[in-house]
Amino acid sequence: MARREKKPDDGVVLTEEQRRRRRARSIAIAAVLGFLVLLFYVVTIVKLGPNVLNRPL
Amino acid sequence: MNDASISIEKTGLGSEALRGLAGPGDYIALLKPRVMSLVVFTALVGLVRAPGDVHPVIAFTALLCIAVGAGAAGALNMWWDADIDAVMTRTRRRPIPAGRVTASEALAFGLTLAAFSVVVLGLLVNVLSAALLAFTIFFYVVIYTMWLKRSTPQNIVIGGAAGAFPPMVAWAAASGTVGLESLLLVAIIFVWTPPHFWALALYRADDYARAGVPMLPVTAGPDETRRQILFYTLFLAPLGVAPALLGYAGLAYAAVSVLGGAGMIWLAFAVYRRRSGDGAVRAARQLFGFSILYLFVLFATLLVEALVPGI
Repeated sequence: MARREKKPDDGVVLTEEQRRRRRARSIAIAAVLGFLVLLFYVVTIVKLGPNVLNRPL
Repeated sequence: MNDASISIEKTGLGSEALRGLAGPGDYIALLKPRVMSLVVFTALVGLVRAPGDVHPVIAFTALLCIAVGAGAAGALNMWWDADIDAVMTRTRRRPIPAGRVTASEALAFGLTLAAFSVVVLGLLVNVLSAALLAFTIFFYVVIYTMWLKRSTPQNIVIGGAAGAFPPMVAWAAASGTVGLESLLLVAIIFVWTPPHFWALALYRADDYARAGVPMLPVTAGPDETRRQILFYTLFLAPLGVAPALLGYAGLAYAAVSVLGGAGMIWLAFAVYRRRSGDGAVRAARQLFGFSILYLFVLFATLLVEALVPGI
């Protein structure tokens, strides 16, 4: 199959290696964000304790 | 012309950066993980020895924020010093001079982590420790990196304070105060820093001279550096014993600090006496290596004494 030519409106076209590195960076950011969600959840429980459930109407 | 190309033209670095080849490992390298490990360890000692009980999750959060804050300071240091790093053998493979990360990316990364670590420490632990962490980052980046490092041979004497603060930040995180014992830990690291870095600078003087960094061996010569190393070491050894003398530490620490201090003085004398040839380089390397072991063993003993009472 002929290699796809870059057209002027294509913008930046990444190489395979660039895609691989970008994917690795994206996974790392996702892992950090997931960890922070977990950390804030656990710290909230630790700091509030049973008061988490105390929600007077 | 986009921002990335402007920053590359300005610094003359990072020809590969536009190709977007930075991996997660490059961003971890920006955090200076080896420096971070020492910061985390000394902070852990401050956290464990501080009075009062702190929940393990809060303690972990405090350590994480201190580690990330230290990493942020490291990233900002690499952003500012990219021109120096590019000409020094020891640092030229760092992500910015190697061209995998642009200077502006490192700046954004460092500022984001610095702000995040301080705000999270303030919200989840306490405001005093967050303020001390913010001051530590400011001191390392602005006072040391931007001002002192390129302007005075006393750069690492004063700048060493930034590396000395972490146990005090951790102490404040655990207790909400800054005790005399935590100040003593700060003082030990502060006085330890000059002989540690000057021993390295003695056998890396050419590197520093080429980069234009006014380290003491470059500006005052190796003999004056050897004299200053000995002077600071003679002050460091008794200061290292002080926690035992003041009743903060036990017999194990007293023994370790006396023996370690004697080792430091012995090696500093060796550096002072051997002034040329391979022997001089070997003596400086030995002092540099032993100084790391000395600080590690002092703090490890304090940690063990706190965790296992009665030693």
